[in-house]
Amino acid sequence: MSEQIAGRSGFTPAYLDRVGSSFTDFLGVTAPDLLPGRRTAPTTPVGDLAPHGTTIVAATFDGGVLMGGDRRATMGNLISSRDIEKVYAADSWSVIGIAGAAGIAIEMVRLYQVELEHYEKIEGMTLSLDGKANRLAAMIRGNLGAAMQGLAVVPLFAGYDLDAAPGTSPGRIFSYDVTGGNYEERGYASVGSGSLFARGSLKKTWRPGLSADAATRSLVEALYDAADDDSATGGPDAVRRLYPILYRVDAEGAVRLPDAEVAEIAASIATERSAGPETREA
Amino acid sequence: MTMPYYASAEQVMRDRSEYARKGISRGRSVVVLTCADGVLLIAENPSSTLHKVGEIYDRIGFAAVGRYSEFESLRVAGVRLADVRGYSYNRRDVTGRVVANAYAQTLGSIFTEQMKPFEVELCVAEVGSTPESDQLYRLTFDGSVVDEPDFVVMGGQADAVTANLREHFRAGLPLRKALEAGVAALSAVSASTQANGGTHASLPAGSLEVALLDRARPKRTFRRITGAALRTLLGADAPATEPAATETEPGEDAAAHQPSTPAPGTPPGLGDPSAADTAGGTSEAPAPDDATPDDATPEPGTPA
Repeated sequence: MSEQIAGRSGFTPAYLDRVGSSFTDFLGVTAPDLLPGRRTAPTTPVGDLAPHGTTIVAATFDGGVLMGGDRRATMGNLISSRDIEKVYAADSWSVIGIAGAAGIAIEMVRLYQVELEHYEKIEGMTLSLDGKANRLAAMIRGNLGAAMQGLAVVPLFAGYDLDAAPGTSPGRIFSYDVTGGNYEERGYASVGSGSLFARGSLKKTWRPGLSADAATRSLVEALYDAADDDSATGGPDAVRRLYPILYRVDAEGAVRLPDAEVAEIAASIATERSAGPETREA
Repeated sequence: MTMPYYASAEQVMRDRSEYARKGISRGRSVVVLTCADGVLLIAENPSSTLHKVGEIYDRIGFAAVGRYSEFESLRVAGVRLADVRGYSYNRRDVTGRVVANAYAQTLGSIFTEQMKPFEVELCVAEVGSTPESDQLYRLTFDGSVVDEPDFVVMGGQADAVTANLREHFRAGLPLRKALEAGVAALSAVSASTQANGGTHASLPAGSLEVALLDRARPKRTFRRITGAALRTLLGADAPATEPAATETEPGEDAAAHQPSTPAPGTPPGLGDPSAADTAGGTSEAPAPDDATPDDATPEPGTPA
C-alpha cells in the first residue's frame, strides 16, 4: 500500500484531492481493507471466541464529566484479561469507553482517535461535540453485520462541550446501540454486562451538581457494585494493584486519574462496606 | 495536419523553472529554524486563517511559500499520508523523510509531466530529541529535496533573509532569541517595516504566523504561538514599537508563555489504545536550554 503512495509518481490523485476532511472516508477510497466496517461479517456466531470488555460508567459533575471502566475482559466463562484498558481519551476534550468485542472495539477507538485528529489537522479546528458523537455513530452502524454474529461493540462517549450555552452543563454523555443509534444521556449512563447494577448504584449515589470528587467516588462505587453482582466485571484488585481506569474531562481537558487516587477511593469504599449491613447480616 | 512547435527539452524546463520561480518570488518569506526548545516556524502572513505553516504529524511540521491552493493540497496530502502510515503501522513509523520523499516525487512528476509546474517551495521539519537530530528538508518546485542544517529560508527575498539570519543564528538558541533572530531577518526585507517604507520598526505580531514543534512535548509537538503569548515573546525588548499590534483576543491568557505546558485549547496529542504505543515518543529532551549560555549569544541587530 505504501509503495503505491510513495511510488514513482508520488501522491495518488486521491491524496491531492482537497475535498473531505474525514480520515474514515479517505481510507474508504484508498485502503478500504483497513476499515473495521468494510470486512465481510462472519457467517456463524463467534462471540465466545473473542474477548469481551464489560462495564463502563459515566457521570457528569458541576464542571464536566467523568468516565470509568473496570479492567476485566472475558471469553466465554474465562477471564481473558485482568488489566485491559477500556476507557481512552478520544481527543483533548472527549473520552470514549467501550464494551463488547474487545478486538474490534480497540481498533474502532484507534480509528476514531485518528479521525478526530485528522479533522483537526486538516480543518485547523476541532469538531463540535455533537459532530464527534455523530461520527462515532456512523462507525458503530458499519459494524452491524459483525454485531449480529456476537461481535457487537457498544461505546459510551462523553466530552466537555466548549460551545455549551451558559447555564447548561458543559459535560455531556452519549450512549449508543448496536445499530448506531445515538442517544444523549442526562446525568449518568452505563453500558456493558454489569451496567444494570452500575446504573442502580448510580441512581442512589449520583445527584445533579456533584463536585468532581463526589462524582468520582460515585463512579468507583458503581463499578464496585457491578463487580459485586456481575461475574464479567472485575472489582478493584488490591493484590495486583489493578484499579478501575477513570478519566475526567473538564475545562482543562481530558486527564486520566492517577491509580493512587482511585486506589484510595476503592479502599475507603471497601472499608466502609466491611462495617456495613451486609457483613453484619453474615 | 498542423505541426506542433518544436521546443527543446532544455528550453521547456528552463521556461517552467522561470515561471515557477517568478510565482514563488512574489510571496512573502518563511523561516524555519532549529532552537533549543524545538523547531520554530515563522512566516510573514497577515491572514490568521490561511496558514503557511501547519502540522503534519506528531513531530513533523510543514511550511510553504507560493500559491496557497497548491501548497494547501500538498499539506493535506502529507497529513493523509502520515495518518494512514501511523494508523496502519505505528505512530513511531512516520518520519519526515517519508513525507519529504512523497512530496519530492509528486513535485517532480508534476514539474515534468504537466504544463504548469506548482509554484511552491516547501519545508518539511522534523523535531528530534536534541537540536542536532532535527531534520529540515527543503523541497523545491521541481522535486529536488535538500536536507539543510540549522535553518531554511524560502520565498521572495530568500537570499537577503538568509544573509541576515546567518549573521544572528547560533545553534541551540533559546526560543525567545531564535524568534528574535527569525523575525529580525524577515523584518529586514518586509515591505511593512520602516526600513522598507512601512510603518513598523519590525514585523508586528498581527502579521506573523509562528508555530513551534516543541521538543519537550510527548506526543503532538506542534503548537501555534498566537495572540498574547506571541506578543509576550516578541515584545519583551520592544514593547513601545508596536502600538498597532494590540488587538486583544478575548479569552487569551496573558500569562507568560511556557514552552512545555500546552495553552488551553491546544491538543496535547492523543492517547493510544495499545499500551506499547502509549509510551511512544516520550523520549525526554535533555533540557538543552540549560546548557546554552544566553549571554554568549549576540543580540540580533535591529533591522537596518
